[in-house]
Formats: sequence, structure tokens, C-alpha cells
Amino acid sequence: MNKGKLEESFFLGLMLFSILIVVGSLFAIFTVVILRGLPALSISMITQTPKGGYYLGKEGGILNAIVGSLFLAGGSTLLAILVSLPIALYIHEYLGRARIANFIRLSLDVLWGIPSIVYGAFSFTIMVSLRMRASLLWGIITVTLFLIPIMTRAMDEVFKMVPQKVKEASYALGSTRLETVAKIVTRQALPGIVTAVLLSFGRAIGDAASVLLTAGYTDSIPRSLFDPVATLPLAVFFQLGTPYPEVQQRAYASGFLLLILVMFFSIASRISAKKFMKYTIT
Amino acid sequence: MVQNLNVFYGKQHVLKNISVDIPEKSITSIIGPSGCGKSTLLKSFNRLIDLMEGEICTGKVLFDGKNIFDEMIDITDLRKRIGLIAQTPNLLPMSIYGNIAYGPKIHGLKNKKELDQTIEDCLQAVGLWNEVKERLREPAIKLSIGQQQRLCLARALAVEPEVLLCDEPTSSLDPISAKVIEEHLFKLKKEYTIVFVTHTLRQARRLSDYVIFLYLGELIEQGPAEQFFTNPKDPRTKEYIEGIFG
Repeated sequence: MNKGKLEESFFLGLMLFSILIVVGSLFAIFTVVILRGLPALSISMITQTPKGGYYLGKEGGILNAIVGSLFLAGGSTLLAILVSLPIALYIHEYLGRARIANFIRLSLDVLWGIPSIVYGAFSFTIMVSLRMRASLLWGIITVTLFLIPIMTRAMDEVFKMVPQKVKEASYALGSTRLETVAKIVTRQALPGIVTAVLLSFGRAIGDAASVLLTAGYTDSIPRSLFDPVATLPLAVFFQLGTPYPEVQQRAYASGFLLLILVMFFSIASRISAKKFMKYTIT
Repeated sequence: MVQNLNVFYGKQHVLKNISVDIPEKSITSIIGPSGCGKSTLLKSFNRLIDLMEGEICTGKVLFDGKNIFDEMIDITDLRKRIGLIAQTPNLLPMSIYGNIAYGPKIHGLKNKKELDQTIEDCLQAVGLWNEVKERLREPAIKLSIGQQQRLCLARALAVEPEVLLCDEPTSSLDPISAKVIEEHLFKLKKEYTIVFVTHTLRQARRLSDYVIFLYLGELIEQGPAEQFFTNPKDPRTKEYIEGIFG
């Protein structure tokens, strides 16, 4: 075998190995969560709120956390889209290659790197100074804050991929910059935007630290934005912390449900992205 | 009509003191070797060069008696009146219908019936109607590349321009599709002023009424096609036509 071929197969092997690690660990997590959680998994887990307290309760379900997580992740993802999309479009289409654009990108990258507990502490400070209590609203605000850098940078990368000739086609027909951005650029980038939103949603639903201080925890489903709210990651955290094996089992069952939720949204958004992709110019 | 047009990209002087006259309702070819500024000249006519990094223009391009570089010019109106066909088909990420409807829609056409009619007319004008009338809602990228370029032509026509700028519109097409485009342009010259960039001399000879020859950013010669090809004045033109360089 010659040197080139040897190199080729070496690096091919390396890549396969890396893929194996990723797929393998996903598989391992699934196995552990299912094996340990299965005994506790029942219909009542997803249809009832806890009985006997979330910390020690062995009965009832975690509907409070499922609904809470969906409210929190859904609300903050929507709010983050409203903020991130204009930022990404602005730095990309209006600032162009101006130095300030790169400064904003750098700031966002730094924000991306800040642990979510810091966002939690930050919001907590403001919340307390306003004499407010931990609630769904403050949970959403906190999660939105740490989603913005993730979503904006992901969208920014997506807009970079929009070919110049597509924009030229639009300008050549006499459209304004706003029309080009709103109707053409966004449309061309739509599949990528969906991915960016999904990525953020995954982070929002899976994060425990930022909501620990700001969203509180409760056994009931919130009836307003000002009620405290339970979340799945915190449910797992509290249940795992108990000394009772039955409750710990419930933690794994909760984790399993969280995985299923994330997977469901992943697949759903991928299917919808495909639908838009057929118009995309390649 | 162009007077003393100079274009710079940064420090690079791309077009040097160009002054040309473009006759109405006929085909004017801009020829010359690659990198001589043909496309730049074309794109200054609808100010699409504004999108280029660090471009500076001096001089005047008069359209309808007004300088298009004037600050008072409504650039969207200018680009509506001066259509562009690009080198490779540059579709919008939409359906066949959507591609043509986009232009009229942004310029305020809302009536669905009128819009449908415009789309049919434009597709008829480029001979695409019978090929696509059954699948107007399909993504435009599903068309063959020749059909895509005709769709781009139809799209340009949909906003009712007065001038059509064509930047080597056939260079990415197979000979048969290229011929179809050429035939349609030839028909369209009765109603539109067409400016056509090409680097194939035979194409210029087939199509044009008037020829502009650029070399290294300078205007070497301009004149009616007949005279240009049979009796060029400048020795460089003669050499280029005979295939000595370029």
C-alpha cells in the first residue's frame, strides 16, 4: 500500500471512531435512562401532577414539569426569535463588513460562553431589586437572555450562506433593501433559521441552572405568568437528590421524557425545514 | 448615454473615461476580452455596482435626460426601468410563479387576475408558457438551466422595463438553449433597448446593431455593427476581430 492510501484510511478510521463516540454515547445515555426509568414510567407520569411533594413524592406524575418546560422553552424561544432575527439581519445586511459588525459578533461569542447560572444570578438580582418573586415570566426572561447569543450567531452563519447572486436578482428588479431582506434573504435562509431555532429550543428546554433561581419550582401547573413554574431538568435534579431509590427511578423516567420531547421537536422541525428547502437556491 | 464614466474598485481603476451612446430599440453589444470591464460598465447602468465593496464612480450616465448617479434618482424606479439578465440564471428561492410575481408585487400590483395575466404574458414572450403552465407552483430550481435563464428573462420583463441589460446571458447554457435566448432577444429588440455583454464575437456579429469594444478598461472603438466588423478603424479592434489576441 502506498503512503497516500495509508493516510486516507488512517484519517477515515479516525473519523469513523469519532462518529462512534458520539453515536455510542447517545445510545448509552438512552439505555441507562430507559433501563433505570422504565419501572417508574407509567401513564400517570405524564397525566398527573405530583402527589406528596416533588421532593419526596412517590406517587402521581410530572405533568407540572412537562407543561412548565414547554411553556418556558416555547415562550423564551419565541421571544428570542423576535430579538435575534433583527440583530442577525442587521449585522449582516446593514452593517456589512463594518468593524462594528465584528465587534458585535465578538460580544455575542463572549455571551455565548457565559455559563447559564450567571444569567440566572443576573436576572435574580434584577428580580429581587424589583421586589418580584420567581415566576414563569422571570424564567422566560432569563432563558431568553442566554438564548439570544446562541440564536443570533447561528442565524448570522446562516445568512452568510445566502448567495450574493440571489440578492442581486432581487435588487435588479428594483426592490428596496428591506424587501430584499424580508422576502428573499429570509426565505432563502429559512431552513437554516429553523435549525438555529431548534438548537436554541433544545438548549432552553434542557437548561436547569438559569431557571433554578428565577423560575422557582412548584407542584402545580402555572395559571399565569407570575406563578412559579416547574421544569423537567429541575425535576430530574430534585428527584435524583432524594435518598429513596423509588424517587430516583422517577428521575430517570423524567429524563427519558425530556429526551423524547427534544427528539420530537427535532424531527418535527426537520420535516418542516425540508418542506421549505425545496425552493432554496443551491 | 454615458459621459466620461470612471469606475474604481478601491484603488483599481476599472473603467477609464468611457463615453458611449446607446441607441434605443436595438441591440448594442459590449465586447472585449475577460476582465476588460464589460460587466462593470453594464452594472453601472442600473447601479448594481453600488453593491460592490469600495466602488467609486465619477462621470455621468444619462438615462431619460437624467444622470443616474444623481442623489435625487429613485434607485428602485431606475432598476425597475432597466432590467438585468445575469450571466448564470439567478433565481429567487420561490416557485416559478413566485419568481415572476415578485417584481410586479413589490411595485404595487395586487390584483390577482392582472398578476396571473402578467405572468402568462411574460412566459409566453420567452416561449416558456407551454412548457411550465401545468407546474407554475413548483420550485423554479427544478427547471433545466436553459429554462431557468428564460424564466429570468420573463421575470425581468414582468416589471415592464425600457432597457434590458444582458451580462453574457448565454455563456452558461448549451448551444440550443443559447440559440433560443438569442432568438427571443432578437424579437424583443422591437420594444426594448438591449445592451448585451458577450465575449463571443460570432454572437456579437449575429445579434448586434451597434458594437462597443472595451480593452483594459478603455473604450477602443464604437460604431454600427456592420462597419465595426467589416471596416474597423482602430488597429487593436482589427487584431481582436481577427483573433490575434483576446
